[in-house]
Amino acid sequence: MFLINCPYCGERDQQEFKAGGEAHIERPKQPTELSDDQWAEYLFMRKNIKGVQFERWNHAHGCRKWFNMARDTSNDEIKAIYKMGEKPPPQ
Amino acid sequence: MTKNLRVKSSEFIDETSRISFKFDGKTYYGFKGDTLASALLANNVHLIGRSFKYHRPRGIMTSGSEEPNAIVQINPNSNITEPNARATEIEIYEGLEASSQNCWPSVNFDIGGINNFLSPFLPAGFYYKTFMWPKSFWEKYEFFIRHSAGLGKSPTTKDPDIYDHRNIHCDVLVVGAGISGILAAKNAAKNNYKTLLLDEKNELGGSTIFETNENKKINNTFSSEWLKKEISELKNIKNLEIKTRTSVAAYHQYNYLLARENLTDHLEKKDKKNKIRQRLLKIRAKKVILATGALERPLVFNNNDRPGIMLSSAVKKYSDFYGVACGVKNIFFTNNDTAYESALSLHNKGIKVAAIIDIRENSDAKIIKKTNDAGIKIYWSHTIVDTSGYKRLSDVSIMKLSNDGMSVTGSKTSISCDCLGIAGGWTPAVHLYTQSGNKLTFDEDRNVFVPKADNSAQICVGSCGGDFELDEIIKNLSNKLKNFLNISQTDFEDISLENDKETSKRNIWLLPSDKPTGKTKPFVDYQNDATAKDIKLALREGFRSIEHVKRYTTTGMGTDQGKLGNMHALGIIADTAGVKMGELGTTTFRPPYTPLTFGTIVGRNVGEFFDTFRRTPMNDWHIKNKAEFENVGQWKRAWYYPINDETMHQAVQRESKAARKSAGILDASTLGKIDIQGSDASEFLNRVYTNAWSKLAIGKCRYGLMLNEDGMVFDDGVTTRLGENHYIMTTTTGGAANVLSKLEDYLQTEWPELDLYLTSVTDHFATASLCGPNSKKILNKIIPELDLSDENFPHMSFKEVTIDKIKCRIMRISFTGEQSYEINAPASFGEAIWEKCIEAGKEFDITPYGTETMHLLRAEKGFIIVGQDTDGTMTPIDLQMDWIVSKKKYDFIGKRSLYRSDTMKENRKQLVGLLTEDPNIVLEEGAQIVSELNQKPVEMLGHVTSSYFSPNLNKSIALAVVRDGKNMRGKKLFIPMENKNISVTVSSTIFFDEENKRINA
Repeated sequence: MFLINCPYCGERDQQEFKAGGEAHIERPKQPTELSDDQWAEYLFMRKNIKGVQFERWNHAHGCRKWFNMARDTSNDEIKAIYKMGEKPPPQ
Repeated sequence: MTKNLRVKSSEFIDETSRISFKFDGKTYYGFKGDTLASALLANNVHLIGRSFKYHRPRGIMTSGSEEPNAIVQINPNSNITEPNARATEIEIYEGLEASSQNCWPSVNFDIGGINNFLSPFLPAGFYYKTFMWPKSFWEKYEFFIRHSAGLGKSPTTKDPDIYDHRNIHCDVLVVGAGISGILAAKNAAKNNYKTLLLDEKNELGGSTIFETNENKKINNTFSSEWLKKEISELKNIKNLEIKTRTSVAAYHQYNYLLARENLTDHLEKKDKKNKIRQRLLKIRAKKVILATGALERPLVFNNNDRPGIMLSSAVKKYSDFYGVACGVKNIFFTNNDTAYESALSLHNKGIKVAAIIDIRENSDAKIIKKTNDAGIKIYWSHTIVDTSGYKRLSDVSIMKLSNDGMSVTGSKTSISCDCLGIAGGWTPAVHLYTQSGNKLTFDEDRNVFVPKADNSAQICVGSCGGDFELDEIIKNLSNKLKNFLNISQTDFEDISLENDKETSKRNIWLLPSDKPTGKTKPFVDYQNDATAKDIKLALREGFRSIEHVKRYTTTGMGTDQGKLGNMHALGIIADTAGVKMGELGTTTFRPPYTPLTFGTIVGRNVGEFFDTFRRTPMNDWHIKNKAEFENVGQWKRAWYYPINDETMHQAVQRESKAARKSAGILDASTLGKIDIQGSDASEFLNRVYTNAWSKLAIGKCRYGLMLNEDGMVFDDGVTTRLGENHYIMTTTTGGAANVLSKLEDYLQTEWPELDLYLTSVTDHFATASLCGPNSKKILNKIIPELDLSDENFPHMSFKEVTIDKIKCRIMRISFTGEQSYEINAPASFGEAIWEKCIEAGKEFDITPYGTETMHLLRAEKGFIIVGQDTDGTMTPIDLQMDWIVSKKKYDFIGKRSLYRSDTMKENRKQLVGLLTEDPNIVLEEGAQIVSELNQKPVEMLGHVTSSYFSPNLNKSIALAVVRDGKNMRGKKLFIPMENKNISVTVSSTIFFDEENKRINA
């Protein structure tokens, strides 16, 4: 059970949070101009890497804010937490 | 047979308080401080139960939570009985009743004992191999196997006890209160760390607390005396909380640990009453110090499981701590110095020790000399090749070991005895350490798995960390604590230590016998009756992975999780397969360390708190009017309102007719409601709904469909524009939370530039939906001042009104096709408004209807229910709802996906109506649809999603998804059922009032 440091509320139990998949995948601004393949790339393709992965998390049972997390999927170590819109920290 | 084996008064046993208890129906006596095991041993009772597979008589092996054999049924004659309790952990109390398990008719005469003689026919994998043929017979076999298997019996009634959960946050958690744990906790707390110290036993001090070994002294006194003084100082330390009878069950990531605190199990019945029995502690610790100690290993030799064969450390604890002799003539069998400590301890109390059998060639430790001085005979380089005595050990046979330890030589000597203490070395209790995700490393020299590395949030100290000698333990503990707690010194680093070091080692995982392995019974897992022979068989049959061998032989799969024998299983596999133990690895240590009761896990979340319900403000009225309820998500919704003996079908038919004939009323309070405010609210709706919203006038309502980004229908509902920058969105009952989450997600992450706020107001409003041709007249009676003409208050519009000073919002919207008004009142006035509608509607025979009638009425109109007629694979085009998808809008969620090659395919499954050839047959929802009856294999074209008997049309109607259904209007299809084929015709999805005339009638 992770202890997650919500950037707005502080350290809380994982139970209060919802994971939202890979981060930094921006919704295309002009979807209609994309080919099927390009749109599928946005819609379906996710890295699912072993190692440090950038993820979206939501403090669903708290402030309901979305934020980003850099998590090592091999040992679940949370490397960094940063707000939406912020750049991921250097590795 | 009964005799008193108390040997001396022990300071841990209160001999002034005699306690009576029952075991297998017979009354015995013990004292306060006794466990069930020590009290039975004091009465010379060793035989406790029968083994799982061969039903061999088994006795007490250990003195702690690792016990594999002495597991008993508590309160065997009660229907709240508890199985699989360890006799070594049960503290006796007046009135305790326990019984043997896994035997019939009794532990002394057990029919299943015949399995012991059949054992050549019951090898590893026996059940897998034997009962597979013929396959169809499994059900018959299973009946008999299930009846003869199983440990203990389950309680049959509700658990009356109270359980609780507690969250604890601390700076330092110390697990285990042996000498290492106590010193660690004391130094942590003294240095201002908020510290929690836990131990599974009822006494602090571990095995040191009864240590009177002359060769292990601290500051020139017995280590026990020194430790008692340390313990007495603990109560004066601030920041330190101590919990005994508390077993840490699980160690998760981020130093999150679960522990079970036992509060009343040791109390008499009258004292248990109204108290919390067990409490689950959910601990978040900044730092964790594991001082969980080590478990003594048995030795694996032929017939090593008889009652009377115990761990040497347990024999010592029973004598030193409980003051009980486990036998009158004791023998020890060892590969290290531990057994000598036990032997001398017994000898000093006047208990006879007949011999020590040591597989080592010699040892020059001081304790050996003392043993010799005491006149105890030592057999060096010897091993036990067999034992005898069915229900109690009577003799052991020993032979000389060959130099390589693989065989025995010379002649056999028999020694009589009634207790054998076996000492196979020590296994660090690293269970919690590995649960936390850390790795072990194998120490070849000492044959132990030890923690690989400490880190800044966790250390292992004492024997759990691989330090077995007292001087090492103290020195390493002090250094580790200074580093871990960031302190300059500990308060015990200057103590003087006297320590007799072990110098000689020899380890043989499977000891040889004069008989071939195939003819012996060297038990590795006592509880599951897995022998070395079974492990070797598994290897011969090709199993290599330790995890596979474990499952095939069931080694380590009992309630004790193989705490004693797993190391031997690994050793035997390594030796047989010729690999190193370090390369072999271990099986996974899984929580819980010791079993937890279900009660502890669920705590207070039982009964009505197990899964909480949401009820609408009109709930009391529904109950008063005998509604049947349906669970919708967490909501309890009125399903239908039967009158007298009406069946559900009768009630729904009546309600449906009434709503169209005159007037009906539905509690629609559960619909999700989201308040949307901000200057970009219209733009936001444009982006999330498929249709256009910019031009919706204030005071108007519009139906909207929401897609996922993949183009599939996600939710629907009516949204009303309350003001220039103010909307109220409704969602489906079940989708409310997900819709809000999704909208918030887009707002915060994709479109943070939009100026608006989303607020869930589902619980703030109660909604009474008034429908039917007379609904306007009823509403007129309630609010005579409101002009209800179609010009002033047309369909799809909204008015804010005041009813009895209560501000209400009325939306003229319809989910039934009838004229319909949804009155939204503040939740606290919901019931009052509802009753007012009922009162006003009396003269029109207003009929309350539930969700079932609502479903029927909307199906007559072909309105979809998201989640019933859709399943996450339906686009609006598939639903034949092209009209709601804006062609003009540049973008909305899911738009691009509607133009993917897959979603544009012609022959997707599409929503259609179905009419049965026989109008009286109602289809089953979920039934499959085919176009051919005689073709094999036949293609399943789709399935029925909604199906009802419509009383207003007097025929059966259904909605279905059918491949290429759009082009099938009028086509005949079939629904093959178990005993008939039903003919249906594809129709429009709108069955009733296709021209929509009634909405303004």
